[in-house]
Amino acid sequence: MNSRVKPIEPFSAASEGAAKVPATPQPRWVKWVLVGTAIAYLALILFVPALNVFVQAFSEGVGPFLSNLTDPDFINAVRLTLIITLIVVPINTVFGLCAAWAIARNQFPGRTLLISLIDLPFSISPVVAGLMIVLLYGQRGWFGPLLESMNLKVIFALPGMVFATAFVTLPFVAREVIPVLEEIGRDQEEAAKTLGSGDWQTFWRVTLPNIRWGLLYGLILTSARAMGEFGAVAVVSGNIIGKTQTLPLFVEEAYKQYQTQAAFSAAILLGLLAVITLILKEIVERRTRIKAPRESLD
Amino acid sequence: MTFSQTSDPSSWQRLRDRISHISLPWRVTWIYLSIMLFLPTIALLLRASTTGPARFWEIATSDIALSAYNVTFVTALVTALINGVFGLLIAWVLVRYEFPGRRIMDAVIDLPFALPTAVAGLTLATVYSPNGWIGSLLAPLGIRVSFTRLGVAVAMLFISLPFVVRTLQPVLQEMEREIEEAAWSLGASQWQTFWRVLLPPLVPAMLTGVALGFSRAVGEYGSIVIVAGNIPFQDLIAPVLVFQRLEQFDYVGATVIGTVMLVVSLLLLLGINLLQAWGRRYEF
Repeated sequence: MNSRVKPIEPFSAASEGAAKVPATPQPRWVKWVLVGTAIAYLALILFVPALNVFVQAFSEGVGPFLSNLTDPDFINAVRLTLIITLIVVPINTVFGLCAAWAIARNQFPGRTLLISLIDLPFSISPVVAGLMIVLLYGQRGWFGPLLESMNLKVIFALPGMVFATAFVTLPFVAREVIPVLEEIGRDQEEAAKTLGSGDWQTFWRVTLPNIRWGLLYGLILTSARAMGEFGAVAVVSGNIIGKTQTLPLFVEEAYKQYQTQAAFSAAILLGLLAVITLILKEIVERRTRIKAPRESLD
Repeated sequence: MTFSQTSDPSSWQRLRDRISHISLPWRVTWIYLSIMLFLPTIALLLRASTTGPARFWEIATSDIALSAYNVTFVTALVTALINGVFGLLIAWVLVRYEFPGRRIMDAVIDLPFALPTAVAGLTLATVYSPNGWIGSLLAPLGIRVSFTRLGVAVAMLFISLPFVVRTLQPVLQEMEREIEEAAWSLGASQWQTFWRVLLPPLVPAMLTGVALGFSRAVGEYGSIVIVAGNIPFQDLIAPVLVFQRLEQFDYVGATVIGTVMLVVSLLLLLGINLLQAWGRRYEF
């Protein structure tokens, strides 16, 4: 997920109207060989593995599947995953909006550098991110003694997991909102200000409605990644069953304990999350696509 | 945001004045980035610098570390290149052809972005295990995928595919068909049109996609730790090595190898930015 791949841009719109006839008269078999190869490759690494999640979860019927869902460890893992997501998403949304505004509404030296810095968490391995947090807040970390004297536990506890999750999901909102803010320009905002609206009012009544789809998409991506993050959280959590075990950690643990059935029951929940993400993405893309031509008129 | 050298009280005053004039979003951005991003990065680098160059080099180039780099970087490079070829094919098919299921195929390309890595690892490990759907077909041929380096490769193929497709798609869409038509009407064959006319403008986007996929594959942990056997000198990747060092409370070892990974990702990021700047030459 990189800045150059702007999913909210209506790039598919071009292909919708364009003729599907190849520019050069190709033999028909060329098309079908290419399509067939693409499908075969995708089947091997995408379709079959994705289908497998759903088949395996129900391989022994719905009964065992449902009983897996009532396992207390599983319920604890779901609860912890939701708590972390509910803390991280609002924080990163506020940051993302501030950063997007600062970048899109100002010209300053080092602007590109700042965008790259915000993208940094995507480039850093989640394990290295977790390591950084351990080096800061762990027992032998920078703030370790201080935290200990205050009787606060960050590593192997919820705060560390929130830090790790916030780190890996930091860029999403900013990077989805920046292009939208740049595109709508500042005319409407300035008009609102001239008419006497305050900063907050302008934001709530003018800016927010304009950026809502980009923001929504950023929120979707942040939530999905927050619920699915594994590496960074694994490093800082200690994976204490029932205490610091999130849903992805539960999946791995169950698999390692040869409880494949339980692993897939939990996996299907995360798989559904991915499906919902993809569907919402389609909806958001269509919305922006329909909106795009009308906006280009003014 | 340039802070000049401040020594005398009057410039301090000016600095304070300037800071108090910085708008709220600016302050939130910089404070949050400092706490969440700069501080942890500096902590890692400073911790690494206290190791001492000789000791750092010794750990960073120990046999187990070298073999982990080999498994990580070579496998990531090979898989990114494979995805470069297949990603071009898939992007081409999606942009240029109409066929049943095209929209679904287009949507599913993003699945590796959306699917949590633990689930990806779990399902790949099952599908490619000797009694899995695909693994059972490969087993008679003597090919084992799960818990070997091939498993690492499959996981990397999975997670790096969307990068190539999504970088190429917009470029392919913007390409003008007139140029192709011109080439063809001037007597170029299918192959000549492809190699001489179509491919050159696609190369920067393809390289960017491959580099993005490579960068992601190098840092990947979740899916690989499940699908691989994590055996040193066989299929142990560098992020798993960092994780194992931490589990053994070997903070120095984890810091050194983690720093090597961090520096590599920063260099990759720089390279990708340069590639994208190069790619923009073709924009009109």
